[in-house]
Amino acid sequence: MSKDCFETLQQGMAERILVLDGGMGTMIQNLKLDEAAFRGVRFRDHPSELAGNNDLLNLTQPEKIQQLYRDYLEAGAELIETNTFNANRISQADYGLEDLSHEINRVGAELARAAADEVASATGHDRWVVGVLGPTNQTASISPDVNDPAKRNVRFPDLVSTYAEAIDGLIEGGVDLIMVETIFDTLNAKAALFALDEAFEARGRRWPVMISATITDASGRTLSGQTVEAFWHSVMHARPFSVGLNCALGAEQLRQYVAELGRVADVAVSAHPNAGLPNDLGEYDQDPETMAELIAEWGESRLVNIIGGCCGTTPEHIRQIAAAVADKPPRPLTGKERSVA
Amino acid sequence: MLDERYQGDETVFRLRLSGLEPLLVGPETGFFNVGERTNVTGSARFRKLIEAEDYETALEVARQQVEGGAQIIDINMDDGLLDGVECMRRFLDLIATEPDIARVPIMIDSSKWEVIEAGLQCVQGRAVVNSISLKEGEAEFLHQARLVRRYGAAVVVMAFDEDGQAETVDHKVAIARRAVKLLTEEAGFAPNDIIIDPNIFAVATGIEEHNDYGVAFIEAVRRIKQELPGVFTSGGLSNVSFSFRGNNPVREAMHSVFLYHAIQAGLDMAIVNAGQLTVYEDIPAELRERVEDVILNRRPDATERLLEIADDYRGQGKREKVNHAWREADVDKRLEHALVHGIVEHIEADVEEARQAASHPLDVIEGPLMDGMNVVGDLFGSGRMFLPQVVKSARVMKKAVAWLIPYIEAEKDDREGAKGKVLMATVKGDVHDIGKNIVGVILQCNNYQVIDLGVMVPAEKILDEARKHEVDIIGLSGLITPSLDEMSRVAAEMERQDFRLPLLIGGATTSPTHTALRVAPEYGAPVVHVKDASRAVGVVSRLLNREQRGGFVDEVAAEQARLREKRARKDSRRRLLPLEKARQRRFEPDRGWSPQRPAQPGLHDIRPDVATLREYIDWTPFFHAWQLKASYPRILDDPEKGGTARQLLDEARAMLDRIEEEQWLSPRGVVGLFPAERAGDDVRVLTEEGSDQEQCRFHFLRQQSERPSGKPYLCLADFIAPPGRGDWFGGFAVTAGPEVSERSQAYKAAGDDYNAIMIEALGDRLAEAFAEYLHREVRTRLWGYASGETLDNESLIRERYQGIRPAPGYPACPEHSEKGTLWTLLDAERRTGMRLTENYAMDPGASVSGFYFAHPESRYFGLGNIDRDQVQDYAERKGWTLEEAERWLAPNLAYDPAKRSLRATGS
Repeated sequence: MSKDCFETLQQGMAERILVLDGGMGTMIQNLKLDEAAFRGVRFRDHPSELAGNNDLLNLTQPEKIQQLYRDYLEAGAELIETNTFNANRISQADYGLEDLSHEINRVGAELARAAADEVASATGHDRWVVGVLGPTNQTASISPDVNDPAKRNVRFPDLVSTYAEAIDGLIEGGVDLIMVETIFDTLNAKAALFALDEAFEARGRRWPVMISATITDASGRTLSGQTVEAFWHSVMHARPFSVGLNCALGAEQLRQYVAELGRVADVAVSAHPNAGLPNDLGEYDQDPETMAELIAEWGESRLVNIIGGCCGTTPEHIRQIAAAVADKPPRPLTGKERSVA
Repeated sequence: MLDERYQGDETVFRLRLSGLEPLLVGPETGFFNVGERTNVTGSARFRKLIEAEDYETALEVARQQVEGGAQIIDINMDDGLLDGVECMRRFLDLIATEPDIARVPIMIDSSKWEVIEAGLQCVQGRAVVNSISLKEGEAEFLHQARLVRRYGAAVVVMAFDEDGQAETVDHKVAIARRAVKLLTEEAGFAPNDIIIDPNIFAVATGIEEHNDYGVAFIEAVRRIKQELPGVFTSGGLSNVSFSFRGNNPVREAMHSVFLYHAIQAGLDMAIVNAGQLTVYEDIPAELRERVEDVILNRRPDATERLLEIADDYRGQGKREKVNHAWREADVDKRLEHALVHGIVEHIEADVEEARQAASHPLDVIEGPLMDGMNVVGDLFGSGRMFLPQVVKSARVMKKAVAWLIPYIEAEKDDREGAKGKVLMATVKGDVHDIGKNIVGVILQCNNYQVIDLGVMVPAEKILDEARKHEVDIIGLSGLITPSLDEMSRVAAEMERQDFRLPLLIGGATTSPTHTALRVAPEYGAPVVHVKDASRAVGVVSRLLNREQRGGFVDEVAAEQARLREKRARKDSRRRLLPLEKARQRRFEPDRGWSPQRPAQPGLHDIRPDVATLREYIDWTPFFHAWQLKASYPRILDDPEKGGTARQLLDEARAMLDRIEEEQWLSPRGVVGLFPAERAGDDVRVLTEEGSDQEQCRFHFLRQQSERPSGKPYLCLADFIAPPGRGDWFGGFAVTAGPEVSERSQAYKAAGDDYNAIMIEALGDRLAEAFAEYLHREVRTRLWGYASGETLDNESLIRERYQGIRPAPGYPACPEHSEKGTLWTLLDAERRTGMRLTENYAMDPGASVSGFYFAHPESRYFGLGNIDRDQVQDYAERKGWTLEEAERWLAPNLAYDPAKRSLRATGS
């Protein structure tokens, strides 16, 4: 990110609540793409099934993915997340596409970059691209085998190299920020932060980092068992641009943890809750009005600096959330000014 | 709003670690201990378990450490016969799956970097690396330090450099200084992520050079804490007593004495056997003295003298004797001893003996057991007991209480049903529940139903359960400092969810001041601090008694207001916002509100009769005037004061009857409603509606003491709309009549002091009642902005109406001279005969005056302290010199004007 671009971001954050985009998964589902669409021409003959590999669509359906970015940008998202949640070697191995990790990340970022620049120049309003690093589908702190608690499917160094490759792709694709998100296991996240620090050192330049954990249930802890405050202690060394919470819970359930995080973290606080809790069918059905109303109160209470949506949210949710927080003050940033340059 | 513990402050540093739960070490947390038993070099047992790959039992060792009070556990696998990397990884992976252990942070202890790195790759929490050093030079040191930072851990630096381990104070401090400089300037560390271990070496080894090792460590700690702000200190305790291997009583005495002195020098943490620390006070005097001689190197023959007696303490020999002596004391002393030393063996028999001697089983808890716990608290507070020992004491206490509960319940009168339901919980993050349990027991004995949610209860659960059980009161308890914040959070959450139940706050670190400052303001319903278990019943019964509740709540609120004011004065110098900033954060009235034109603008004379006014009397201040400090009507039933109070009230009413019938008094007043507008912190009264010509101007003051974020800095002028909005403003002056003091003089002259005071007290009440009556007239009729208002007298007293009537001299506008302007505006002297003295006191005394603000959000507040910038500004607005302004505003000055003049004259 250029210095100017970062300055406008800092400045924007001091003035208002920044709006992040909403969920990608639901939007892709709504496209009702079939196996052939996922494969495109390039992977017509790939030996395993590819439907459900949403990240691959960056390569096989780039116009569709770019349209989704555009939909969110036009709905008022100022920060747009790349479609790269599972674009890492470990997750892609399920499809036999581990060697595409770098490319999927790079193209995902390029598509978002183009859409953001296009909408920014059309509206005269800054837009930023956030490169997404997901949790992978393995956990470094939790044993996969109840009979062998010391067993691990993945180790820290493997995660570091996996993330390094993804980070490389995202940076090449031109992201402005990088977000380690949906953190179930803090050790995975620490590996991502480790890889980021190495990548930044190698490039002689730092990108602003957003960190977002997932509180799995009413216990108020991550899947790996940490409280919100313990989690913050575990990642604060990365000197992130923001720390926050996303997924698993709706705004109503997430509120208290966002508030708690805001009390302990001296950096910006972000949140992108789900559209409520899943209903009997596993669908997220909280309507945009309800969600926006809940988020409006967060603004009133000065809980957040960055707000968006996760599973089940749509451009309409983002539109209404953006409207709801437009006149709300951001959470005051009392910590020292942080520089990432 | 950031928690205080996380707010950036250049002078306060905190070490932030975590396991599954956070650990914050700072000035308020004091010394803490690191469990040493999971160390193959320090514990032969642990080494054998690891060698035998008996990880299950090895985990038990870790668990015992945590249960015994270790706040961090040190893990060391450095043994020639072990694969350190593999053992470290395996053990940490196993710990990760044991929440009881994994809740605390890990100290990864090794002299081999590869073992440390393997450990760092296994912990999700924020760990401590123990240790790195300058032994191999700066390059290696910085390489490792940068990696530690990248992995996100804090670091222990050993006082070890290219020249070897530092033995002297100067060498230790020099290494610390160099390491801290390198870490902060070149490896990106903050000082508070650095822990210096200045090397604890064995003393009393027989080698003379070793004699000063204890002193050198302690002195090094003292200097490091002074010279390197923010840096923490640590040490491995067991080294110091190495020469007494096999003699645990002497070793433990040495540990205890060493820690006692090192902590006083500023030692933040030590690696100790958490379950096995002797109480400093408990070391036999002879042994303690000789150990102290050795540790502090007080005499050349210290080692010989300790050796002389060491064998007497070896094994169970002398200790056994010492142990038995306490059994001969009386039962109260025995209970205290058992609590202080955490001995459970005889507790039930002793408690039973005490119970038989007491008239009620509860007396045993409130008497000797609580006394014993107070001793524990004092010893802990002064650093002579450590957390693990306190945990043991708590265990003894629980056992004692458990023994008594059946007796207490048997004694309980269960004929009547429960008098109310009280929900109790120890707040999230805290596990201390003795106090809460005692309160629960006592409440139950008094026939209240108690719903105890136990410990570590999150706010959500407390509120859900409160709703589910339809409780009458919620009680929160906590012992540790962070619980204080959690209590405020619960209170805020109750407010957000529209709870109206009274909230009780209790527990060792809570205080009336904390409750007043931090908890009560978060919640609109009563918040009461309960000092100790014995107060709980009184508080609960008053809160649940319809008649007593109002008065009690008022008393509590008044006391809390007083504490807040006291605190505000104390703090104000430190935390005042510059006037310009405070003005930027002024109260902004709701844009949707529009002023209402009075039904009858202009001046009006008011002449009510006493019969009307007496209905508006607030009796509580009347009793206060007679030094009967309790609220009306509760005071009438007060066991001690009730009789006096009832008689007094009868006589007051009789006098009121005479005043009314014989027309002793002629209450009179004036009220005026005028077009007005805000001009900065002033209110301009305009000559006529629509004009912008000024008739007069009132000057108000703005709060400057730091307010919670989002809260405005109030000034009364904020409640008046800016120019062009057509707002209004009012003033009034009323008196019960000059006859009050005439009558009083007459009584006094006749030697009837009682009635002299009575008529004055009633005169004051009638003047206040007049103001209350007139305010209602204004609201409902003359101005008429609340024409539909229907409130009874109780509600009036509680100010449940729209608009306020502050007077110059009130906390919101403490500067009295503004009364002069008010008098002119109201033509008060001519219309009412009320005069102002040169100091703007009203004559006659039984008078009240003030301003009217009608804005729906207008409210009373305290100005608090103000800074020189505002005083200067006020002086300019009033056309005064700074000195004049300072004189009028003296009680609110946040600074000492005398000091300024001293500087001004150059002395």
